[in-house]
Amino acid sequence: MKGYIFEHPILKFSRGKKVKFYFEDKELEGYEGQPIAAALHAAGIRVLRYSERYNRPRGFFCAVGKCSSCLMEVDGRPNVMVCMEPLKQGMRVYRQKGRGRLR
Amino acid sequence: MIQTDICVIGGGPAGLQAAIVARELGARVLIIDDNPVLGGQLIKQTHKFFGSKKHYCGIRGIDIARILSHKVEEMAVETINPATVIGYYDDDSIGVLKHDSLFNVKAKRYIFATGATENMLTFENSDLPGVYGAGAVQTLMNVYGVIPGKKALVIGSGNIGLIVPYQLLQAGVEVAGIVEILDRVGGYYVHAAKIKRAGVPVYLSHTIIEAQGKETVESAFITRVDENFKPIKGTEKRIECDMILIAIGLSPLCDLLYQAGCQIQYIPELGGNVPVHNEDMMTSRPHIFVCGDLASIEEASTAMLEGRIAGASAFQTISGENSNAQAVIKDAKSELSIIRKSPFEQRIISGKKKFKKG
Repeated sequence: MKGYIFEHPILKFSRGKKVKFYFEDKELEGYEGQPIAAALHAAGIRVLRYSERYNRPRGFFCAVGKCSSCLMEVDGRPNVMVCMEPLKQGMRVYRQKGRGRLR
Repeated sequence: MIQTDICVIGGGPAGLQAAIVARELGARVLIIDDNPVLGGQLIKQTHKFFGSKKHYCGIRGIDIARILSHKVEEMAVETINPATVIGYYDDDSIGVLKHDSLFNVKAKRYIFATGATENMLTFENSDLPGVYGAGAVQTLMNVYGVIPGKKALVIGSGNIGLIVPYQLLQAGVEVAGIVEILDRVGGYYVHAAKIKRAGVPVYLSHTIIEAQGKETVESAFITRVDENFKPIKGTEKRIECDMILIAIGLSPLCDLLYQAGCQIQYIPELGGNVPVHNEDMMTSRPHIFVCGDLASIEEASTAMLEGRIAGASAFQTISGENSNAQAVIKDAKSELSIIRKSPFEQRIISGKKKFKKG
């Protein structure tokens, strides 16, 4: 899979099994259990939502569940912190616009 | 409601040491942490730590995390993770959210080791995707093995600002440079030397003024600053990069301490708003203790020592004076005083003296 580090001088990465999920209805691959943001980033997707007032693109900032910059709509739920939420097979992930909506 | 003797909130270097000590002394201990694995930010630290041999010097952060979490498991410290503490209530219990279930925990003593969060910097387009916390990129790269981008510009030359670019190079990512507003590098010389050897340009007396890009970062503008840190016109320089990593410092995460009614004081040397605490890591509320970056933005080595003091002190306030606990405290305090002799630690010493008495 592209977007991942496989050879590293110090680290060995243990990853979950490959799963399929959907970003804006497009099928993507990721590893089960990794944060959704990591899977999206590896797939080249860095814009995770659009801000409420000025509709500006936003990505993650802290990646450890503190800053709320990465809120997306996941399986019908808005405001999911995707830097912490583990990826599961078949998840449907959408860019959140403003405060998002319940699907 | 779950009941325990000592509840530790945050399973990083400070919290784990606090839990280990308290458990060793005989307390029932519960750790609550928001990550699926314990170790806090140690799980992304591939560099070797300094300090004393007794306290993991020369060992990589990732391995210290493994050693400590293994110890916690061995000693039957209870853990609830990944879970978030969402509130501190009037009856001195805390609310815990794990997946979709919410429950209360009540402990005789609380040790908060919630750590810190990365500071943001404002400049034009600083909200553009690609402007990331340096620690965030470290997480993405070292914990999850994701290639964070092609070329990074790092803002700030403290230890994080020096270590992360080195780790980026190890992962095969280009580093466009390090930008530092002061006229000297902020972090340890050993880290700076590594970066110099790798040929990364360090722009001293410079700052970032703008990020550019359509939907994500494509370049950055930096500029030289005068002695008052004001940009000097005509010195702007465009740097191609797809990531701008902010490494300008951390702020203690004291939200829960505010809620618990602990006295908070603004002490810039310690990282901003910090819970007032004494030498035994006790806050203004005698059943609440703090340690690690929450108490002062410092190093993992000092966080672990403060954690040991907090664990032993909290235990003594339940069980009365105890010679084993006192030995732990004495030992950790003497180690701390040795580490804090370093010129880098002087601000911490002067910061800790600023707490209002009573």
